Amino acid sequence: MKEAVHIGRNPSKEPDLQELLGRVALGDEEAFAHVYDAVAGSVLGVVRAVVRDRAQSEEVAQDVLVEVWRTAPRYRTDRGTAINWILTLAHRRAVDRVRSVEAAVIRDHRAALLERTPEFDEVTEQVEARLEREQVRRCLRTLTEIQRQAVTLAYYRGLTYRQAAEALSLPLGTVKTRLRDGLIRLRDCLGVTA
Amino acid sequence: MTTAELHRMTGAYALHALSDEEHEAFERHLADCEPCAQETAELCATAARLGLAVSTTPLPVLRERVLRRIATVRQEPPGGPEPTRSGVARLRARLLSRWALAACLTAAAALGGTAVWQHQRAEDAVDQARRAERGADEIAAVLAAPDARSRSGELAAGATGSVVVSRSLDKAVFVVSGLARPSGGKVYQLWFDDHGTMRSAGLMDPRRSDQTVLMRGALDGASGMGVTVEPDGGSKQPTSAPLALMPFPG
Repeated sequence: MKEAVHIGRNPSKEPDLQELLGRVALGDEEAFAHVYDAVAGSVLGVVRAVVRDRAQSEEVAQDVLVEVWRTAPRYRTDRGTAINWILTLAHRRAVDRVRSVEAAVIRDHRAALLERTPEFDEVTEQVEARLEREQVRRCLRTLTEIQRQAVTLAYYRGLTYRQAAEALSLPLGTVKTRLRDGLIRLRDCLGVTA
Repeated sequence: MTTAELHRMTGAYALHALSDEEHEAFERHLADCEPCAQETAELCATAARLGLAVSTTPLPVLRERVLRRIATVRQEPPGGPEPTRSGVARLRARLLSRWALAACLTAAAALGGTAVWQHQRAEDAVDQARRAERGADEIAAVLAAPDARSRSGELAAGATGSVVVSRSLDKAVFVVSGLARPSGGKVYQLWFDDHGTMRSAGLMDPRRSDQTVLMRGALDGASGMGVTVEPDGGSKQPTSAPLALMPFPG
C-alpha cells in the first residue's frame, strides 16, 4: 500500500468542531455560528456540485445547516467525525433533490454527463481548501477510467448505480464493484481512516 | 439480495447510489456485519473528502438566513427516532411532531401571544390554554405509550383521520386534518363504538380543520370509533349518518 500523505486537513481542527457540536446539542446558538463558519462552504460546495442550480443549491444548503442544528443532539461521535456526519447529510439531501431525474433524461444527456467534471472552485484563496482539492484531484487520477467515472457520476452527479450503469453502458454488477474498489483506492491514496 | 451482493454494496452505499429499498436492506445488513461496518465507515469518510474538495464560499446572506432560522427551530431530543422506522412508528413521529407544534401554540397562548388567539377575549385564551395544556400532557402520554397502535383512514370530503390507541392507558387520541367547517352552527362529535352501540367521546373544535383531540372517557373495550355531525352542544346519541367509522387497531 502506498504511503498515505496527510496534507489536506489540519487535524487539530476536527476536535474543535466535535466540541462545538457538543455545545450545539445543548442549544448553544453561538457555538452553532462557529460550526456554520467551519462547514458552510463545504456544505454548499457538495450541494452545488450535485444540484447545480444556484438558487436551489442555496435552498438545500440552508435546509441542511438548519437540520444540523435540529439533529445535533442525536449526533454520536462513535458514528464518525462531525465533518463526515455533516457532509454525509449534505450529500444525501442534495441527492434527494435530484433523484427524480428520469432514466430518459440520463440517456439524452449521456454525453454531457460524462464530459462534466466536478466544479472545483478555483477561486478560493483558502490554502487548506486548495490543498484538499489538489490532493483529491491527484488521487482521482490514480483510479481507472471506469472507476473514476462511476465514482464521479455517483458522488458529484447524484446518480444511483443503476443510472450510472446506464450512462456508462455497463452491467449493474460491474458498476457496483467499481464504485467499491474505486472508493477503496481513493481511501488508500488519501490515507483515510475511520 | 444475497449476502455476497450486500457485501459489495459498501461503495454504492457510501455514495448514496442505492435505491431507498436497497439502502434500507444494506443498513439492516450492516448491523450484523462487523467487517462491512468498518469498510463502510471508511468509505463514507472517503466520500466526505470528495465533498471537502469542492468547498466554496457562500454569500453572507446565507449565514444570516440560517442563524435567523435556527432561533425558531426546536432541537430533537438526544437518541431520538432512528432513520428507518416502521409505519406505525413513522405515523407516531409525525403525530408527535404535529402535537409538538400544537403544544408550541398552546405555550404561545399561555405566554400571552396575541397572534394565535387574537379573535378571542384574553380570559378565554388563558382558560383554553390551561385546558389545552392538561389535554396536551394526556395526548403526549397516549402517543408515546409503548403499546400505542394507530390506524388511518379517509373521512368524507378529503379529510383524513388517524386514531392512536393505548390499551394500557385505556385512552385514544384522534388526529384529523383537512376537515371542512360544519354548516349552520353544527359540530363534529366523536364516539366510541361499543360493538355497535355509540358512546359519546366529546366534541371537536368546529373552527379548526386540523386538530389532535383526546377522546373523552376510557376505551373500556370499545371496538372502534366514529365521527358524526351534530347540533351545537352535541347529542346523547348520533342523529346523523357517521362521517367516518374506524375499527381500532388490533
